[in-house]
Amino acid sequence: MAEKIDIILSGVGGQGVLSVGAIVSMAAMKEGFKVRQSEVHGMAQRGGAVLAHLRISSGVIESDLIPRGGADVVLSMEPLESLRYLEYLKPDGALITAKEAVENISDYPDINKIHQAVEAQPFSLLIDAKNLAKEAGAVRAVNMVLVGALSLKLPVKPESIENAVRDKFTSKGEEVVSCNLKAFSLGRRAGGGND
Amino acid sequence: MQEVLVLGDEALALGAVDAGLSVAYGYPGTPSTEIMEYLIHYSGSADSGLIARWCTNEKTACEGAIGVSFGGKKALVTMKHVGLNVASDAFMNSALMKIHGGLVIAVADDPGMHSSQNEQDSRFFADFAKVPCFEPKSHQEAYDMAIEAFRISELFHVPVIIKLVTRLSHSRAVINRGGSAGRKTLGKAPDRKGWMAIPALSRGNWENHLILQKDFLEYSEKSRFNPLTINPENKDIAVITTGLAGNYYMENLSDLSPVPSHLHIGVYPIPEEKVRKLCESAEKTIVIEEGYPFVERFMRGILPGSWNIDGKMNSVVTPAGELDPDNVRKALALPPRAARKAADISLPGRPPQLCAGCPHGDSFNALNEALEKLGGGTVTSDIGCYALGAYPPYNAVETILCMGASVGMARGASESGLKNVVATIGDSTFLHSGITGLIDAVSTDTPMTLIILDNSTTAMTGGQDTILSSSRIKQIVLGCGVDPDHLKEFIPLPKNHEKNVKILMDEISHPGLSVVIPLRECIQTLRQKKSRSAEKV
Repeated sequence: MAEKIDIILSGVGGQGVLSVGAIVSMAAMKEGFKVRQSEVHGMAQRGGAVLAHLRISSGVIESDLIPRGGADVVLSMEPLESLRYLEYLKPDGALITAKEAVENISDYPDINKIHQAVEAQPFSLLIDAKNLAKEAGAVRAVNMVLVGALSLKLPVKPESIENAVRDKFTSKGEEVVSCNLKAFSLGRRAGGGND
Repeated sequence: MQEVLVLGDEALALGAVDAGLSVAYGYPGTPSTEIMEYLIHYSGSADSGLIARWCTNEKTACEGAIGVSFGGKKALVTMKHVGLNVASDAFMNSALMKIHGGLVIAVADDPGMHSSQNEQDSRFFADFAKVPCFEPKSHQEAYDMAIEAFRISELFHVPVIIKLVTRLSHSRAVINRGGSAGRKTLGKAPDRKGWMAIPALSRGNWENHLILQKDFLEYSEKSRFNPLTINPENKDIAVITTGLAGNYYMENLSDLSPVPSHLHIGVYPIPEEKVRKLCESAEKTIVIEEGYPFVERFMRGILPGSWNIDGKMNSVVTPAGELDPDNVRKALALPPRAARKAADISLPGRPPQLCAGCPHGDSFNALNEALEKLGGGTVTSDIGCYALGAYPPYNAVETILCMGASVGMARGASESGLKNVVATIGDSTFLHSGITGLIDAVSTDTPMTLIILDNSTTAMTGGQDTILSSSRIKQIVLGCGVDPDHLKEFIPLPKNHEKNVKILMDEISHPGLSVVIPLRECIQTLRQKKSRSAEKV
């Protein structure tokens, strides 16, 4: 059997959904996995709901899109958006989402109800990503917290992801690199990792 | 061999480069934009020798590329599907030119309309012009087919289309890049008879083009991009797939037993003999195509036959929107996979919207107030970010048709008798195809106000520079003959709101043609420039 994982990435246009996918893809490729990442460009990026499909496999990947009922994980930058794509999840798939809402629509529901709906899902995890990123040194590192939480589910070694984080941020200086690595490790711990 | 991680658009661009591309022209349009962005980036490297440029519109891009071919060099044109409508005059006639340097037209369709006004299928244009068309289903095929398209363009002396779709254009995967062919040297087409579309010559060229059709058919029958596998174990069902439907079929294949006989079509004309062979192998053929039912329609014809065909035309395959692994699964009569149920909470939609601080927002606020004070009016709009003015909280526009149509439609709306008619169009779209409509309005001094929302960029497609700088737009408007007393500019900012409302009220009330240019740079490109200059420090 091929070793594989299918991940639905969701969020709001401008949150950096694609950059999360890029880090994980780079790390997986370095380990010899095949990778497909289906992205959304253009109109949908203007503050609208964003959905990306990330597939990682040791074998052939046929489709760019994950079938409904096929995703091992939904990873979301935003709690309401995390609930939009549940039909893609396997019955025993995991739902990981940042806690903080992006309220750029007038009819955004009560955030507590959204949090309750996430917690009512089996194998779900609400992550206080913004505060963990602050603890790591910069709110901008919030996506690396989520990458950290996701990393526990991946067939990819955490060291490979740390290397991908280094590669991505090295041009921005050592401070940015270490902040993002700290965010990654805090996310890993929040996801239940004990390293 | 070199492994590279690329978007589908970039795979096609790399294939063109390795085929020996000399010049690429295009107009930005989702999902095709990244082909040219990649080539422009590539052309910036010191010894690339490649010219890659954005053009005013798809027609000028296509004409430019045909000129490159006349000079004996390989040329690529890039556009989205509706861009081919704009380029179609040049494209259709180029089919009768004796193409000299290879000419490839890369068109990206948008089934599902992620960022488009329709989901037209470019295979019909290839068929209309009677030229070969490639339809890659993977990144590697996008790369390989680009190379092959240039080869057969020169072999048959015809333009060739490569059709992409959004899900391939904007998906990332690894390709194996082969060696690079050298670029061709300058050498004008030897015989001008093949390059002049005058009736006396076109008649002969058309006959030659019709004779070529059997060569194209023979080519497609033999092509490795049209693989046919017959499984004698399954006499019930055979399957034809085109484009990404091939991938979605494979995704479900492990649940099909015995495996159906299968023809995947990746290059056109339709390989007729292979279609016949496949259909003879089973009771029924299911045709699963990304896009319109192009192959299916040919197969059905209009006389009832004994063949049993399922597809989009009898709704076994979902006829509208994009295919995916699930609706293809349904077409194959497989039960849905077990999946998580929807959450027990109603989720509001989150449509795209203008960015906070966008200049268009301030312009729409001023326009809405001006029209309210004038007792209402009619507002046409166009293709670009400002189409988001259709959504709340603005609800500012009433029509969106195609590039440039806001201007022509406003003129017609005004001549039909509507009052306070306003056209809203962006700077890049105005230059693309709004100018001709403006000249019509000048010719009759039609009572209407054209608002050119100038944010100094092509924003919706990611901020490509407008073909001419903002300072030139005013000169163009005046050059068309607009009365200088009724050409006004303002800066769309909340602090100027009252002033801007007044300007708009005055010009909309003017009983002839007026033009207003709200000028402020897109906040996204401004931000990008700031972060780039900060990085340099």
